[in-house]
Amino acid sequence: MAHRASVATHGGHGGHPGSAAGEHLPGHPGQRTYINIAIILAIITIVEVATYYIEWMADSGVLVPTLIVLSAAKFVTVVGYFMHLKFDDRRLTWIFAAGLVISLAIVISLKILMDVHPIDYALRLLTGGE
Amino acid sequence: MSTAVATAEAHGGGHGGGAEHSPHPPTSTGIDHRKLLMWGFLASDCMFFGSLIATYLIYRGRAEELVAAGQGSGPLPHEVLDIPYTSVSAFVLLMSSLTMVLALAAVQRGDVRGTRIWLFATATLGSIFLGGQYFEFTSFYKEDGLGLTTNMFGTSFYTLTGFHGAHVTIGVIMLLSLLWVSLRGGLRQEQAINVEIIGLYWHFVDIVWIVIFTLVYLIPYDDDISTISEGAEHAARLLGLS
Repeated sequence: MAHRASVATHGGHGGHPGSAAGEHLPGHPGQRTYINIAIILAIITIVEVATYYIEWMADSGVLVPTLIVLSAAKFVTVVGYFMHLKFDDRRLTWIFAAGLVISLAIVISLKILMDVHPIDYALRLLTGGE
Repeated sequence: MSTAVATAEAHGGGHGGGAEHSPHPPTSTGIDHRKLLMWGFLASDCMFFGSLIATYLIYRGRAEELVAAGQGSGPLPHEVLDIPYTSVSAFVLLMSSLTMVLALAAVQRGDVRGTRIWLFATATLGSIFLGGQYFEFTSFYKEDGLGLTTNMFGTSFYTLTGFHGAHVTIGVIMLLSLLWVSLRGGLRQEQAINVEIIGLYWHFVDIVWIVIFTLVYLIPYDDDISTISEGAEHAARLLGLS
């Protein structure tokens, strides 16, 4: 039911022959919004790069969390607004989220697995021995 | 069943606003099959890049540890990565997402000229990004001596960013194909779904770069000195050096 309401609101957008020139689609942001979002994304990128050069952030250990939060904000903004997931059928969000969760699980699992023996595997490759 | 059919009929197969205008038959989900397929593909591509990113994060560290143990050879990430240069590349790709969404908005409102301009702009920005990557790769190889098999950093770096570059290349080809179709008069308002689907792919390429830019370029491995030194000591023990 929730899905139907979602589709009814946003129409699944694709062709939309009925929309007149200069108008944006129902439930979709207009051009001005897209440009504003792009400006915000550009500002976040500038902040990210500036953060990289601030020494005390690296020294105090806040550099990595800050960069990850900023990167995640950009990611979510692009997916939500430019890819229209915020306005689209909720099931598409679930499909993409499933891929993301599995992807994240792969990264974490591999990292943990390889960190159990930090360098053994690499050295065995290098030396060809036990 | 009746609910699904009613939904599909009400929304013209998830696009087009009406079955009589739609190039796609009504679907049981109410979502255009092509769009559903693209989202499924993007979800699977997430896993693909997740594996490549994990591999890079692991092997970059190994390369650093080996060099610290006196067993490996450089160059290492902090010796070759050019942050200002890559920041410009990242900005270019980010702005290409804006031009892509403007192309979609243009085709959805029937603005043929606008569609062509923004599609061309997106393909151009994508090409600039690819040119930048080509310059970066050749610079690493010729000036810094970082080849595909030089060390584990080189192998994992070129594999990760190379596969991303391949995705961008495919995206540019698809954008130019759309532009060609539009110039031949075949990309009308009713076919906006085609621009939307290729747009989804293009934005995905952008978000992957957002992640790569942060994890590969901005987050320094050598911040974690303890990990490196522990790894070096461990390596020395294994090799019987201490």
